[in-house]
Amino acid sequence: MTAYWLPRNLHPAAWWLWALGLATAASRTTNPMLLALILSVVIFVVINRRSDAPWAVAFRLYLSLGAFIVVMRVVYRIIFGGGEGDQILFTLPEIPLPAWAAGIRLFGQVTLESLLGGAYDGLRLATMLICVGAANALANPKRLLKSVPSALYEAGSAVVVAVSVFPQLAESVVRVGRARRLRGSTERGIRAFRAVAIPVLEDALDRSLRLAAAMDSRGYGRSGALTGGARAVTGALLVTGLIGICVGVYGVLDGTTPRYLAGPMLAIGVAIAATGMYSAGRRVHRTMYRPDHWRLAELVAAGCGIVAAIVLFRSSSVDPANLNPSLRPLAWPEVDLLPAVGVLIALLPAWLVPPAANDLEEAGR
Amino acid sequence: MIRFDNVSVTYPGAASPVLDRIDLTIGEGELCLLTGRTGTGKSTMLGAVNGLVPHFTGGHLDGEVTVDGIATSSRPPREFAHLVGVVGQDPLAGFVTDTVEEELAYGMEQLAVPPATMRKRVEETLDLLGIAELRRRPLRTLSGGQQQRVAIGSVLTSHPRVLVLDEPTSALDPTAAEDVLAAITRLVHDLGVTVLMAEHRMERVVQYADRLIHLPGDGSAQAGEPAEILRTSSIAPPIVELGRLAGWSPLPLSVRDARRVAGPLRELLDGRTPSSEPAAVGERLLTARKVVVRYGEVVAVRGVDLDLHRGAVTAMMGRNGSGKSSLLWGLHGAGPRQGGTVDVDGNDPKRLSRSESRKLVGLVPQTPSDLLYRESVADECAGADRESGAAPGTCRALLDRIVPGLPDDRHPRDLSEGQRLSLALAVQLTAAPRIVLLDEPTRGLDYAAKARLRAIVRTLAAEGRTIVVATHDVEFVAATADRVVVMAEGEIVADGTTTEVVSASPAFAPQVAKILAPSPWLTVDAVRDALTPTEANR
Repeated sequence: MTAYWLPRNLHPAAWWLWALGLATAASRTTNPMLLALILSVVIFVVINRRSDAPWAVAFRLYLSLGAFIVVMRVVYRIIFGGGEGDQILFTLPEIPLPAWAAGIRLFGQVTLESLLGGAYDGLRLATMLICVGAANALANPKRLLKSVPSALYEAGSAVVVAVSVFPQLAESVVRVGRARRLRGSTERGIRAFRAVAIPVLEDALDRSLRLAAAMDSRGYGRSGALTGGARAVTGALLVTGLIGICVGVYGVLDGTTPRYLAGPMLAIGVAIAATGMYSAGRRVHRTMYRPDHWRLAELVAAGCGIVAAIVLFRSSSVDPANLNPSLRPLAWPEVDLLPAVGVLIALLPAWLVPPAANDLEEAGR
Repeated sequence: MIRFDNVSVTYPGAASPVLDRIDLTIGEGELCLLTGRTGTGKSTMLGAVNGLVPHFTGGHLDGEVTVDGIATSSRPPREFAHLVGVVGQDPLAGFVTDTVEEELAYGMEQLAVPPATMRKRVEETLDLLGIAELRRRPLRTLSGGQQQRVAIGSVLTSHPRVLVLDEPTSALDPTAAEDVLAAITRLVHDLGVTVLMAEHRMERVVQYADRLIHLPGDGSAQAGEPAEILRTSSIAPPIVELGRLAGWSPLPLSVRDARRVAGPLRELLDGRTPSSEPAAVGERLLTARKVVVRYGEVVAVRGVDLDLHRGAVTAMMGRNGSGKSSLLWGLHGAGPRQGGTVDVDGNDPKRLSRSESRKLVGLVPQTPSDLLYRESVADECAGADRESGAAPGTCRALLDRIVPGLPDDRHPRDLSEGQRLSLALAVQLTAAPRIVLLDEPTRGLDYAAKARLRAIVRTLAAEGRTIVVATHDVEFVAATADRVVVMAEGEIVADGTTTEVVSASPAFAPQVAKILAPSPWLTVDAVRDALTPTEANR
């Protein structure tokens, strides 16, 4: 049991499942109380279980982005038609529009109902976004790409390389910009752009050629050759599987589609895609250094998120009123016990999984 | 271990082959040094070992290269990954992952080494190269020497029999270079790895080499005992030139060997002093007080005071990351400077407009190509004339003085390292600044190009400018600078004449100073001048 609590980084997929579970839960409700509860849970877990790595620090960015979404939604309601309902808060001078723009209203009366509607909607979207941000903060995105099935390995490493190119590119831009000041060039517009873009692109091209040569000499893509036929079969399996999954997911999320398009379709899609992955993966000969293992803690984290999603699904069929509080008539949103408990279950990983290993701390030893 | 069997390489569009009918064999466990001037085919030869030439670079290869009995024509470079480890010139450009540990494992993952073995080898390699404390560090935060060692480690984990290194120490400060070379020699002696290494800075490496392959530039290759090849080779480190001057035989290659035979020479020189005419120090051109440069939390320059005088060449030394570049950029004003004052003729260049400050201080950055973005040499020159409001043709005239005869229509990217530096320098000189700052100009230059740069720098100084050169190259400093400023952790820790500063320090002393200590000789030329012709020819 002591070994369980040793600091380590969980399998990235565990945190992603947890976060997606909460995001799904958030998608089922516009109740601000419940959404605030989900947000608090997410933030609390992130603060307790994130490492001090650079990607973890980016969580703050997601929070500000979330706030921005809510504000934008409200502002949007004020500008275009905030007139639904009868609790008029204030009245702005309305800008008359020509006849062909009928149905669009600029400014005018702003009601409490439409403002609240905008805020609820924005809050839901923001919460879902922040859930994704939480997954990013808790799990190293590169580790996630590393643990993709070996069939996708080559594509995965291409993405990893592309991602690491960005900081280099930014560095080049800064360097060349400084050099331009040395030359005292006073060019503006397209010529100035050229003066920065050409050295930066040349630099990037040089660097990628050198990287390609280095990867080649270190054995990237070794004996991964597929025969044409096998490749076609694998491709067909993967595409069919993905289509099946898409249709299935749509069916699950949209309650009005026929049921046979939901669960069964999803299951069939997953099965076909898995076969395709397996068929492609068999031919890739490589191993992984210190792979992330799927242990009990991963099960706990992923499970808590999924339970939260299931509970909100269940309660939406039992008592939908409090999940989507009424605006007309305006009512104070109430929270039922069941969804609240469901969301609070997702809080458990803050204590029940081992803390993250802090890379920087160890580096400073 | 490596066999070149009648190998010729021709690149498309080239009139003559880069390598012409080369026949040589490199035995197992040899440390083989590959030398030659820029453009003589060193990189081609290195690339041919694992088949990157011609599989990756294009071109036509005749004959056969075999490694451990396997011909490179039979399979692509990636199938040699377990046999040949290649470390390029810029280790950062070859890194695939972003932390030390993952980088060490990357090659093994491709070779499908079982995870348990991988874990073991990573630990062993970390210890072997002395980088265990760096294991979780992001690669970009490492210093140059550390990056180079990680790059070597990352190919070693695949247990290659051959290690190919392209200029492993050229970007490093003397101490970091020692670390890297110590690691390499350890591999050769303890593990019997065969090493083929190209290096411009022969003075650092030649003493460790079992064999020397010299590419004179006509496509041929001479291979043999280092001392034998160096007797006649067109490029030689100072220690060899001193040996040739003094007529030592066999030629000593390490400072220790040279000191043992240098007794008579030291006696002969006793009582004479280097005939250096002390630079006529003119009026003060630049006064900097309490300069502070910081990047967020990191303080790069801590309150530095510096005066620069007319006619003087100042070398700025110090390990990678000691604040040399930041100080140069801060003095110029194009880089950040949070505190302190810089005074040039009563003006602070930072407060002037770009084109005004350019007339006071000219800076050539570490990568001169950053300054160049037009399609041809002529375009660059014309642009420079426009930007500095100089008469048309000024820049071209300057360029012709520095390197005569660069074709007008040549693309700046197609120039050699030295030519590109010259073009950038000419562009900066067009505005006629009296203060010229050069950031690491010696990187990637061969001995001949460095000699040319030295002549240029001395001429510029003699014309009444003041020059600052940030560099790691102690031999260049000894031959070029009047004054040396050593920086550490953003502060100036030593400032004095070259002789004072350089001969007192074990890391920064040039080879001649080490051999002839305690007499204050720094360069072979100074010794040659002091000896009478008869003495020299003994």
